[in-house]
Amino acid sequence: MNYDLYLNRRAASVPPSGIRRFFDLAASRKDAISLGVGEPDFKTPYLFRDAAINSLVDGETQYTANRGLIELRQEIAFYLSNRYQISYTPEEEILVTIGASEAIDLALRALVSDGDEVLVPDPSYVSYAPCVVFAGGVAVPVRTTQENQFRLKAEDLEKAVTPRTKLLILPYPNNPTGAVMRKEDLEEIAEVISRHDLLVISDEIYSELVYGENGHTAFASIPGMYERTVTINGFSKAFAMTGWRVGYACGAKEIISVMNKIHQYSIMCAPRMGQIAAAAALRIGRENNYESVQIMRESYDRRRRLMVDAFRGMGLECFEPYGAFYAFPSIRKTGLSSEEFCSRLLQEKNVAAVPGTAFGPSGEGHIRCCYAIAVDKINIAMERIADFVSSFA
Amino acid sequence: MTKLETSLLEILREDCRIPLEKLSVMTGASLEEVAQAVEDLEKRKIILRYSPMINWDNTDRERVEAMIEVRVTPQRDMGFDAIARRIYRFDEVKSVYLMSGSYDLLVLVEARTLKELASFVSAKLSPLETVTGTATSFVLKRYKEEGVIFDSDDADHRLVISP
Repeated sequence: MNYDLYLNRRAASVPPSGIRRFFDLAASRKDAISLGVGEPDFKTPYLFRDAAINSLVDGETQYTANRGLIELRQEIAFYLSNRYQISYTPEEEILVTIGASEAIDLALRALVSDGDEVLVPDPSYVSYAPCVVFAGGVAVPVRTTQENQFRLKAEDLEKAVTPRTKLLILPYPNNPTGAVMRKEDLEEIAEVISRHDLLVISDEIYSELVYGENGHTAFASIPGMYERTVTINGFSKAFAMTGWRVGYACGAKEIISVMNKIHQYSIMCAPRMGQIAAAAALRIGRENNYESVQIMRESYDRRRRLMVDAFRGMGLECFEPYGAFYAFPSIRKTGLSSEEFCSRLLQEKNVAAVPGTAFGPSGEGHIRCCYAIAVDKINIAMERIADFVSSFA
Repeated sequence: MTKLETSLLEILREDCRIPLEKLSVMTGASLEEVAQAVEDLEKRKIILRYSPMINWDNTDRERVEAMIEVRVTPQRDMGFDAIARRIYRFDEVKSVYLMSGSYDLLVLVEARTLKELASFVSAKLSPLETVTGTATSFVLKRYKEEGVIFDSDDADHRLVISP
Protein backbone atom coordinates (compact mmCIF):
# COMPACT_ATOMS: atom_id res chain seq x y z
CA MET A 1 0.00 0.00 0.00
CA ASN A 2 1.17 3.46 -0.69
CA TYR A 3 0.65 5.10 2.67
CA ASP A 4 1.94 8.42 1.38
CA LEU A 5 -1.50 8.87 -0.14
CA TYR A 6 -3.10 8.54 3.27
CA LEU A 7 -0.73 10.34 5.61
CA ASN A 8 -1.49 13.88 6.58
CA ARG A 9 0.69 15.98 4.30
CA ARG A 10 1.57 18.53 6.91
CA ALA A 11 2.63 15.97 9.51
CA ALA A 12 4.49 13.87 6.97
CA SER A 13 6.37 16.93 5.69
CA VAL A 14 8.17 17.45 9.00
CA PRO A 15 11.57 15.73 8.85
CA PRO A 16 12.36 13.15 11.56
CA SER A 17 14.10 14.50 14.65
CA GLY A 18 17.80 15.10 14.03
CA ILE A 19 18.52 13.78 17.47
CA ARG A 20 16.94 10.40 16.75
CA ARG A 21 19.72 9.06 14.53
CA PHE A 22 22.24 10.02 17.11
CA PHE A 23 20.23 8.43 19.85
CA ASP A 24 20.34 5.06 18.09
CA LEU A 25 24.06 5.40 17.56
CA ALA A 26 24.77 6.33 21.18
CA ALA A 27 22.35 3.80 22.68
CA SER A 28 24.18 0.99 20.88
CA ARG A 29 27.39 1.74 22.77
CA LYS A 30 27.21 0.33 26.25
CA ASP A 31 29.98 2.07 28.14
CA ALA A 32 29.84 5.47 26.52
CA ILE A 33 29.85 8.50 28.81
CA SER A 34 26.85 10.49 27.70
CA LEU A 35 26.88 14.27 27.75
CA GLY A 36 23.76 14.02 25.63
CA VAL A 37 21.25 13.73 28.44
CA GLY A 38 18.64 16.45 28.73
CA GLU A 39 17.42 16.06 32.27
CA PRO A 40 18.60 16.39 35.87
CA ASP A 41 20.75 13.66 37.42
CA PHE A 42 18.88 14.13 40.69
CA LYS A 43 15.92 11.98 41.51
CA THR A 44 12.71 13.78 42.43
CA PRO A 45 13.14 14.81 46.10
CA TYR A 46 11.59 12.09 48.24
CA LEU A 47 9.04 14.31 49.96
CA PHE A 48 7.42 15.06 46.58
CA ARG A 49 7.41 11.38 45.66
CA ASP A 50 5.98 10.56 49.07
CA ALA A 51 3.02 12.87 48.45
CA ALA A 52 2.22 10.94 45.27
CA ILE A 53 2.68 7.59 47.01
CA ASN A 54 0.26 8.61 49.76
CA SER A 55 -2.29 9.76 47.20
CA LEU A 56 -2.16 6.33 45.57
CA VAL A 57 -2.50 4.59 48.91
CA ASP A 58 -5.53 6.78 49.58
CA GLY A 59 -7.02 5.87 46.22
CA GLU A 60 -6.83 9.30 44.58
CA THR A 61 -6.88 7.89 41.09
CA GLN A 62 -9.62 9.87 39.32
CA TYR A 63 -9.62 12.52 36.60
CA THR A 64 -8.97 16.05 37.78
CA ALA A 65 -10.51 19.25 36.46
CA ASN A 66 -9.41 19.84 32.85
CA ARG A 67 -7.37 22.82 33.93
CA GLY A 68 -5.71 20.82 36.72
CA LEU A 69 -6.21 20.49 40.47
CA ILE A 70 -7.19 23.85 41.89
CA GLU A 71 -4.71 23.39 44.78
CA LEU A 72 -1.93 23.03 42.23
CA ARG A 73 -3.08 26.07 40.25
CA GLN A 74 -3.17 28.09 43.46
CA GLU A 75 0.36 27.01 44.30
CA ILE A 76 1.50 27.91 40.77
CA ALA A 77 -0.10 31.35 41.10
CA PHE A 78 1.68 31.93 44.40
CA TYR A 79 4.98 30.64 43.04
CA LEU A 80 4.98 32.85 39.94
CA SER A 81 4.00 35.92 41.88
CA ASN A 82 6.50 35.22 44.64
CA ARG A 83 9.44 34.28 42.38
CA TYR A 84 8.90 36.36 39.25
CA GLN A 85 6.39 39.06 40.17
CA ILE A 86 3.77 37.99 37.65
CA SER A 87 0.27 37.28 38.84
CA TYR A 88 -2.31 34.98 37.28
CA THR A 89 -5.68 33.96 38.65
CA PRO A 90 -5.78 30.21 39.37
CA GLU A 91 -9.35 29.86 38.08
CA GLU A 92 -9.02 31.37 34.61
CA GLU A 93 -5.45 32.14 33.69
CA ILE A 94 -3.57 28.92 34.50
CA LEU A 95 -3.73 25.59 32.68
CA VAL A 96 -1.89 22.49 33.92
CA THR A 97 -0.52 20.43 31.03
CA ILE A 98 1.39 17.23 30.34
CA GLY A 99 4.81 18.79 30.63
CA ALA A 100 5.73 22.17 29.20
CA SER A 101 5.79 20.36 25.82
CA GLU A 102 2.02 20.07 25.70
CA ALA A 103 1.72 23.71 26.77
CA ILE A 104 3.87 24.77 23.80
CA ASP A 105 1.79 22.70 21.38
CA LEU A 106 -1.50 24.02 22.82
CA ALA A 107 -0.38 27.64 22.74
CA LEU A 108 0.61 27.29 19.09
CA ARG A 109 -2.59 25.48 18.14
CA ALA A 110 -4.65 28.11 19.97
CA LEU A 111 -2.90 31.07 18.34
CA VAL A 112 -1.58 30.09 14.92
CA SER A 113 -3.79 30.15 11.85
CA ASP A 114 -2.83 28.83 8.42
CA GLY A 115 0.12 30.72 6.99
CA ASP A 116 0.93 32.70 10.14
CA GLU A 117 4.61 33.18 10.69
CA VAL A 118 6.14 32.27 14.04
CA LEU A 119 9.62 33.53 14.87
CA VAL A 120 11.87 30.96 16.53
CA PRO A 121 15.37 31.81 17.77
CA ASP A 122 17.88 29.41 16.26
CA PRO A 123 19.32 27.21 17.70
CA SER A 124 16.50 26.19 20.04
CA TYR A 125 14.73 23.22 21.54
CA VAL A 126 13.74 20.78 18.82
CA SER A 127 9.96 20.82 19.11
CA TYR A 128 9.08 24.47 18.39
CA ALA A 129 9.39 24.48 14.62
CA PRO A 130 7.57 21.13 14.09
CA CYS A 131 4.74 22.20 16.41
CA VAL A 132 4.40 25.45 14.43
CA VAL A 133 4.06 23.39 11.26
CA PHE A 134 1.54 21.01 12.87
CA ALA A 135 -0.50 24.09 13.82
CA GLY A 136 -0.48 25.24 10.18
CA GLY A 137 2.03 28.04 10.61
CA VAL A 138 5.42 28.77 9.15
CA ALA A 139 8.40 28.66 11.48
CA VAL A 140 10.88 31.44 10.73
CA PRO A 141 14.27 30.92 12.35
CA VAL A 142 16.02 33.97 13.79
CA ARG A 143 19.73 33.35 13.93
CA THR A 144 21.55 33.83 17.23
CA THR A 145 25.33 33.70 17.50
CA GLN A 146 28.13 33.07 19.93
CA GLU A 147 29.35 36.66 19.42
CA ASN A 148 26.09 37.80 21.04
CA GLN A 149 26.21 35.04 23.67
CA PHE A 150 23.32 33.41 21.77
CA ARG A 151 20.97 36.11 22.98
CA LEU A 152 18.16 37.15 20.69
CA LYS A 153 19.00 40.65 19.43
CA ALA A 154 16.20 43.15 18.85
CA GLU A 155 17.64 44.16 15.46
CA ASP A 156 17.69 40.54 14.25
CA LEU A 157 14.14 40.09 15.43
CA GLU A 158 13.10 43.31 13.69
CA LYS A 159 14.58 42.10 10.39
CA ALA A 160 12.64 38.84 10.56
CA VAL A 161 9.23 40.46 11.07
CA THR A 162 6.89 40.47 8.07
CA PRO A 163 3.21 41.41 7.74
CA ARG A 164 2.41 37.72 8.30
CA THR A 165 4.30 37.46 11.60
CA LYS A 166 2.02 36.67 14.51
CA LEU A 167 4.19 35.61 17.36
CA LEU A 168 7.61 34.98 18.78
CA ILE A 169 8.74 31.95 20.77
CA LEU A 170 11.13 33.14 23.45
CA PRO A 171 13.01 30.16 24.90
CA TYR A 172 15.30 31.49 27.64
CA PRO A 173 17.23 30.22 29.53
CA ASN A 174 17.98 28.37 26.33
CA ASN A 175 18.38 24.72 25.47
CA PRO A 176 20.87 23.95 23.81
CA THR A 177 23.04 27.05 24.26
CA GLY A 178 22.62 27.83 27.96
CA ALA A 179 22.08 31.48 27.01
CA VAL A 180 20.01 33.77 29.21
CA MET A 181 18.33 37.08 28.39
CA ARG A 182 19.04 39.93 30.80
CA LYS A 183 16.27 42.35 31.75
CA GLU A 184 17.63 45.00 29.36
CA ASP A 185 17.69 42.48 26.49
CA LEU A 186 14.06 41.62 27.16
CA GLU A 187 13.11 45.31 27.23
CA GLU A 188 14.59 45.76 23.76
CA ILE A 189 12.67 42.73 22.51
CA ALA A 190 9.50 44.12 24.11
CA GLU A 191 9.77 47.29 22.03
CA VAL A 192 9.79 45.30 18.80
CA ILE A 193 6.88 43.18 20.02
CA SER A 194 4.78 46.26 20.81
CA ARG A 195 5.69 48.09 17.62
CA HIS A 196 4.59 45.17 15.44
CA ASP A 197 1.68 44.15 17.64
CA LEU A 198 2.96 40.57 18.19
CA LEU A 199 2.36 37.94 20.84
CA VAL A 200 5.02 35.93 22.68
CA ILE A 201 5.17 32.36 23.91
CA SER A 202 7.81 32.53 26.62
CA ASP A 203 9.13 29.07 27.45
CA GLU A 204 10.74 29.54 30.86
CA ILE A 205 11.15 25.88 31.83
CA TYR A 206 14.77 26.53 32.92
CA SER A 207 13.91 29.69 34.90
CA GLU A 208 15.25 28.28 38.17
CA LEU A 209 18.54 27.22 36.64
CA VAL A 210 20.22 30.58 36.24
CA TYR A 211 23.74 31.13 37.59
CA GLY A 212 25.74 34.23 38.45
CA GLU A 213 24.64 37.53 39.93
CA ASN A 214 21.28 38.03 38.27
CA GLY A 215 18.30 35.74 38.54
CA HIS A 216 15.70 35.06 35.89
CA THR A 217 13.39 37.79 34.61
CA ALA A 218 9.99 36.63 33.39
CA PHE A 219 9.10 38.20 30.06
CA ALA A 220 5.55 38.89 31.26
CA SER A 221 7.01 41.12 34.00
CA ILE A 222 8.37 43.58 31.41
CA PRO A 223 6.00 46.57 31.23
CA GLY A 224 3.39 46.13 28.49
CA MET A 225 4.22 42.45 27.91
CA TYR A 226 1.91 40.79 30.43
CA GLU A 227 -1.12 40.79 28.12
CA ARG A 228 0.98 39.76 25.11
CA THR A 229 2.65 36.75 26.73
CA VAL A 230 1.79 33.13 27.29
CA THR A 231 4.18 32.07 30.06
CA ILE A 232 5.14 28.41 29.99
CA ASN A 233 6.91 26.61 32.78
CA GLY A 234 6.89 23.25 34.52
CA PHE A 235 8.44 20.95 37.08
CA SER A 236 10.82 18.81 35.02
CA LYS A 237 14.04 20.78 35.29
CA ALA A 238 13.93 22.81 38.51
CA PHE A 239 12.31 20.11 40.63
CA ALA A 240 13.90 17.11 38.88
CA MET A 241 10.50 15.75 37.82
CA THR A 242 10.89 14.95 34.11
CA GLY A 243 9.08 11.61 34.14
CA TRP A 244 6.02 13.00 35.94
CA ARG A 245 5.13 15.11 32.91
CA VAL A 246 3.65 18.16 34.57
CA GLY A 247 3.90 21.66 33.15
CA TYR A 248 1.67 24.68 32.83
CA ALA A 249 0.72 27.66 30.72
CA CYS A 250 -0.41 31.04 32.02
CA GLY A 251 -1.85 33.97 30.13
CA ALA A 252 -4.92 35.96 29.21
CA LYS A 253 -8.09 34.04 30.04
CA GLU A 254 -9.21 34.30 26.39
CA ILE A 255 -6.11 32.42 25.21
CA ILE A 256 -6.03 29.95 28.11
CA SER A 257 -9.67 29.10 27.54
CA VAL A 258 -9.05 28.13 23.89
CA MET A 259 -5.98 26.15 24.93
CA ASN A 260 -8.11 24.41 27.52
CA LYS A 261 -10.70 23.57 24.87
CA ILE A 262 -8.08 21.69 22.80
CA HIS A 263 -6.62 20.16 25.97
CA GLN A 264 -9.98 18.86 27.21
CA TYR A 265 -10.83 17.21 23.90
CA SER A 266 -7.43 15.66 23.28
CA ILE A 267 -5.99 15.02 26.76
CA MET A 268 -8.73 15.51 29.37
CA CYS A 269 -6.28 16.33 32.15
CA ALA A 270 -2.71 15.82 33.28
CA PRO A 271 -2.32 12.69 35.47
CA ARG A 272 -3.55 13.29 39.02
CA MET A 273 -0.57 11.59 40.63
CA GLY A 274 1.88 13.92 38.91
CA GLN A 275 -0.19 16.95 39.80
CA ILE A 276 -0.19 15.92 43.46
CA ALA A 277 3.60 15.55 43.47
CA ALA A 278 3.93 18.92 41.72
CA ALA A 279 1.66 20.62 44.24
CA ALA A 280 3.76 19.11 47.03
CA ALA A 281 6.93 20.44 45.37
CA LEU A 282 5.56 23.99 45.39
CA ARG A 283 3.99 23.76 48.84
CA ILE A 284 7.16 22.40 50.43
CA GLY A 285 9.18 24.94 48.44
CA ARG A 286 7.02 27.75 49.75
CA GLU A 287 7.68 26.56 53.29
CA ASN A 288 11.45 26.07 53.05
CA ASN A 289 12.30 28.74 50.48
CA TYR A 290 12.77 26.19 47.65
CA GLU A 291 15.66 24.55 49.43
CA SER A 292 15.88 21.51 47.16
CA VAL A 293 15.95 23.71 44.05
CA GLN A 294 18.75 25.75 45.55
CA ILE A 295 20.82 22.70 46.46
CA MET A 296 20.48 21.32 42.93
CA ARG A 297 21.27 24.69 41.33
CA GLU A 298 24.45 25.07 43.37
CA SER A 299 25.51 21.59 42.42
CA TYR A 300 24.91 22.27 38.70
CA ASP A 301 26.80 25.55 38.99
CA ARG A 302 29.94 23.84 40.30
CA ARG A 303 29.85 21.32 37.47
CA ARG A 304 29.11 24.07 34.94
CA ARG A 305 32.31 25.88 35.94
CA LEU A 306 34.25 22.65 35.74
CA MET A 307 33.05 21.82 32.23
CA VAL A 308 33.41 25.32 30.78
CA ASP A 309 36.89 25.62 32.24
CA ALA A 310 37.86 22.26 30.73
CA PHE A 311 36.67 23.26 27.25
CA ARG A 312 38.57 26.53 27.42
CA GLY A 313 41.58 24.66 28.72
CA MET A 314 41.64 22.51 25.57
CA GLY A 315 41.53 25.64 23.45
CA LEU A 316 37.87 25.51 22.42
CA GLU A 317 35.89 28.71 22.53
CA CYS A 318 33.11 28.32 25.03
CA PHE A 319 30.94 31.26 25.96
CA GLU A 320 29.72 31.46 29.55
CA PRO A 321 26.36 29.64 29.70
CA TYR A 322 24.47 31.31 32.53
CA GLY A 323 21.37 29.12 32.30
CA ALA A 324 19.98 25.58 31.99
CA PHE A 325 22.53 22.75 32.33
CA TYR A 326 24.33 22.77 29.00
CA ALA A 327 27.64 24.06 27.69
CA PHE A 328 27.74 24.84 23.97
CA PRO A 329 31.41 25.04 22.96
CA SER A 330 32.58 25.83 19.46
CA ILE A 331 34.39 22.97 17.76
CA ARG A 332 35.19 24.96 14.60
CA LYS A 333 38.93 24.87 15.12
CA THR A 334 38.92 21.12 14.53
CA GLY A 335 37.66 21.74 11.00
CA LEU A 336 34.92 19.16 11.53
CA SER A 337 31.21 19.73 11.21
CA SER A 338 29.14 19.28 14.37
CA GLU A 339 27.81 15.95 13.08
CA GLU A 340 31.24 14.63 12.13
CA PHE A 341 32.71 15.75 15.44
CA CYS A 342 30.03 13.99 17.48
CA SER A 343 30.07 10.79 15.41
CA ARG A 344 33.83 10.48 15.58
CA LEU A 345 33.97 11.44 19.26
CA LEU A 346 31.55 8.65 20.00
CA GLN A 347 33.35 6.09 17.85
CA GLU A 348 36.88 7.01 18.85
CA LYS A 349 36.50 8.14 22.46
CA ASN A 350 33.18 6.68 23.59
CA VAL A 351 31.78 10.06 24.61
CA ALA A 352 28.34 11.10 23.37
CA ALA A 353 27.51 14.77 22.80
CA VAL A 354 24.74 16.25 20.66
CA PRO A 355 25.60 18.08 17.44
CA GLY A 356 24.50 21.73 17.60
CA THR A 357 22.76 21.31 14.25
CA ALA A 358 20.14 19.05 15.90
CA PHE A 359 18.75 22.32 17.26
CA GLY A 360 18.82 24.29 14.03
CA PRO A 361 21.31 25.33 11.35
CA SER A 362 22.78 28.11 13.54
CA GLY A 363 24.04 25.37 15.85
CA GLU A 364 26.66 24.36 13.23
CA GLY A 365 30.16 24.49 14.65
CA HIS A 366 28.95 23.73 18.18
CA ILE A 367 28.14 20.71 20.31
CA ARG A 368 25.75 20.52 23.24
CA CYS A 369 27.20 18.99 26.39
CA CYS A 370 25.09 18.47 29.50
CA TYR A 371 26.85 18.90 32.82
CA ALA A 372 24.11 17.21 34.86
CA ILE A 373 26.37 14.17 35.28
CA ALA A 374 28.73 13.07 38.05
CA VAL A 375 31.91 15.11 38.52
CA ASP A 376 34.23 12.17 37.93
CA LYS A 377 32.44 11.41 34.66
CA ILE A 378 32.75 15.02 33.56
CA ASN A 379 36.47 14.85 34.27
CA ILE A 380 36.95 11.64 32.30
CA ALA A 381 34.82 12.90 29.39
CA MET A 382 36.74 16.17 29.26
CA GLU A 383 40.06 14.33 29.20
CA ARG A 384 38.86 12.21 26.31
CA ILE A 385 37.53 15.20 24.39
CA ALA A 386 40.80 17.08 24.98
CA ASP A 387 42.65 14.09 23.62
CA PHE A 388 40.37 13.97 20.59
CA VAL A 389 40.62 17.71 19.92
CA SER A 390 44.41 17.71 20.23
CA SER A 391 44.64 15.30 17.31
CA PHE A 392 43.49 18.17 15.07
CA ALA A 393 46.04 20.70 16.30
CA MET B 1 31.40 29.55 58.11
CA THR B 2 31.88 31.36 54.81
CA LYS B 3 30.04 30.51 51.59
CA LEU B 4 33.30 29.20 50.14
CA GLU B 5 33.84 26.92 53.14
CA THR B 6 30.31 25.56 52.84
CA SER B 7 30.79 24.86 49.12
CA LEU B 8 34.13 23.15 49.75
CA LEU B 9 32.63 20.89 52.41
CA GLU B 10 29.73 20.02 50.09
CA ILE B 11 32.15 19.04 47.32
CA LEU B 12 34.68 17.21 49.51
CA ARG B 13 32.18 15.12 51.38
CA GLU B 14 31.10 13.68 48.04
CA ASP B 15 34.63 13.15 46.76
CA CYS B 16 37.69 14.19 48.72
CA ARG B 17 40.09 13.30 45.93
CA ILE B 18 39.23 16.38 43.88
CA PRO B 19 42.45 18.40 43.58
CA LEU B 20 42.71 22.03 44.71
CA GLU B 21 42.87 23.27 41.10
CA LYS B 22 39.47 21.74 40.33
CA LEU B 23 38.05 22.98 43.65
CA SER B 24 39.12 26.45 42.61
CA VAL B 25 37.32 26.14 39.25
CA MET B 26 34.18 24.68 40.79
CA THR B 27 33.82 27.36 43.45
CA GLY B 28 35.07 30.29 41.39
CA ALA B 29 37.59 31.20 44.12
CA SER B 30 41.31 31.56 43.44
CA LEU B 31 43.67 28.66 44.06
CA GLU B 32 45.23 30.53 47.00
CA GLU B 33 41.86 31.21 48.58
CA VAL B 34 40.83 27.60 48.25
CA ALA B 35 44.11 26.28 49.64
CA GLN B 36 43.83 28.68 52.57
CA ALA B 37 40.18 27.75 53.23
CA VAL B 38 40.92 24.02 53.22
CA GLU B 39 43.87 24.51 55.55
CA ASP B 40 41.67 26.55 57.89
CA LEU B 41 38.99 23.87 57.89
CA GLU B 42 41.62 21.32 58.83
CA LYS B 43 43.11 23.53 61.55
CA ARG B 44 39.73 24.21 63.06
CA LYS B 45 39.15 20.45 63.11
CA ILE B 46 36.13 20.76 60.84
CA ILE B 47 37.79 18.45 58.34
CA LEU B 48 39.25 15.66 60.44
CA ARG B 49 40.43 13.30 57.76
CA TYR B 50 40.00 12.30 54.12
CA SER B 51 38.85 8.73 54.00
CA PRO B 52 36.92 6.51 51.61
CA MET B 53 33.55 5.07 52.49
CA ILE B 54 33.93 1.30 52.49
CA ASN B 55 31.22 -1.30 52.16
CA TRP B 56 32.88 -4.16 54.04
CA ASP B 57 29.97 -6.44 53.23
CA ASN B 58 31.35 -6.61 49.70
CA THR B 59 34.73 -7.82 50.93
CA ASP B 60 35.71 -11.24 52.25
CA ARG B 61 36.66 -9.79 55.62
CA GLU B 62 34.97 -11.38 58.61
CA ARG B 63 33.43 -8.67 60.67
CA VAL B 64 30.60 -8.13 63.18
CA GLU B 65 29.21 -4.86 64.33
CA ALA B 66 27.02 -4.08 67.29
CA MET B 67 25.35 -1.10 68.83
CA ILE B 68 25.49 -1.19 72.59
CA GLU B 69 23.21 0.90 74.73
CA VAL B 70 25.08 1.66 77.91
CA ARG B 71 23.66 2.99 81.17
CA VAL B 72 26.21 4.61 83.45
CA THR B 73 26.43 6.58 86.67
CA PRO B 74 27.70 10.05 85.85
CA GLN B 75 30.67 11.18 87.92
CA ARG B 76 30.89 14.32 89.97
CA ASP B 77 32.45 17.23 88.05
CA MET B 78 33.06 15.06 85.01
CA GLY B 79 29.47 14.17 84.02
CA PHE B 80 29.57 11.52 81.32
CA ASP B 81 32.84 12.64 79.76
CA ALA B 82 35.19 10.59 81.90
CA ILE B 83 33.38 7.31 81.31
CA ALA B 84 32.90 8.10 77.61
CA ARG B 85 36.67 8.55 77.32
CA ARG B 86 37.32 5.30 79.12
CA ILE B 87 35.09 3.56 76.63
CA TYR B 88 36.28 5.16 73.40
CA ARG B 89 39.90 4.24 74.06
CA PHE B 90 39.18 0.59 73.27
CA ASP B 91 40.19 -0.19 69.68
CA GLU B 92 36.97 -2.13 69.10
CA VAL B 93 34.92 1.02 69.67
CA LYS B 94 34.20 2.91 66.45
CA SER B 95 31.83 5.58 67.77
CA VAL B 96 30.49 6.81 71.09
CA TYR B 97 27.55 9.15 71.48
CA LEU B 98 25.92 10.66 74.55
CA MET B 99 22.20 10.18 74.09
CA SER B 100 18.99 11.54 75.49
CA GLY B 101 16.35 8.95 76.44
CA SER B 102 16.35 5.67 78.29
CA TYR B 103 20.10 5.03 78.19
CA ASP B 104 23.17 7.25 78.33
CA LEU B 105 25.82 6.22 75.84
CA LEU B 106 25.47 4.59 72.45
CA VAL B 107 28.60 2.64 71.62
CA LEU B 108 29.29 1.27 68.14
CA VAL B 109 31.61 -1.66 68.28
CA GLU B 110 33.33 -3.66 65.58
CA ALA B 111 35.05 -6.99 66.00
CA ARG B 112 36.13 -9.87 63.78
CA THR B 113 33.94 -12.51 65.37
CA LEU B 114 30.92 -12.81 67.57
CA LYS B 115 33.10 -14.33 70.25
CA GLU B 116 35.45 -11.38 70.25
CA LEU B 117 32.54 -8.99 70.52
CA ALA B 118 30.93 -10.90 73.35
CA SER B 119 34.20 -10.90 75.19
CA PHE B 120 34.53 -7.15 74.70
CA VAL B 121 31.16 -6.59 76.35
CA SER B 122 31.59 -9.04 79.17
CA ALA B 123 35.27 -8.56 79.91
CA LYS B 124 35.94 -4.93 79.07
CA LEU B 125 32.78 -2.84 78.99
CA SER B 126 30.54 -4.26 81.69
CA PRO B 127 33.18 -4.43 84.43
CA LEU B 128 33.81 -0.66 84.25
CA GLU B 129 32.73 0.54 87.67
CA THR B 130 30.33 3.24 86.49
CA VAL B 131 28.58 1.06 83.93
CA THR B 132 25.28 -0.07 85.39
CA GLY B 133 23.86 -1.93 82.43
CA THR B 134 24.27 -2.73 78.73
CA ALA B 135 22.01 -3.88 75.89
CA THR B 136 23.74 -5.18 72.79
CA SER B 137 22.12 -5.24 69.33
CA PHE B 138 23.92 -6.73 66.37
CA VAL B 139 23.93 -5.05 62.98
CA LEU B 140 22.46 -7.50 60.47
CA LYS B 141 22.61 -5.40 57.34
CA ARG B 142 23.58 -1.85 56.47
CA TYR B 143 21.14 -0.04 54.20
CA LYS B 144 22.28 3.56 54.36
CA GLU B 145 25.14 5.31 56.07
CA GLU B 146 26.28 8.93 55.92
CA GLY B 147 23.70 9.59 53.20
CA VAL B 148 25.02 6.76 51.02
CA ILE B 149 22.61 3.98 50.14
CA PHE B 150 24.29 0.58 50.29
CA ASP B 151 21.78 -1.80 48.81
CA SER B 152 20.49 -0.10 45.66
CA ASP B 153 21.78 -0.22 42.14
CA ASP B 154 22.46 3.37 41.21
CA ALA B 155 21.99 2.80 37.49
CA ASP B 156 21.29 5.91 35.46
CA HIS B 157 17.80 5.47 34.06
CA ARG B 158 17.95 8.55 31.85
CA LEU B 159 17.79 8.40 28.08
CA VAL B 160 21.34 8.45 26.73
CA ILE B 161 20.43 11.30 24.41
CA SER B 162 17.37 13.46 24.80
CA PRO B 163 16.42 16.80 23.34
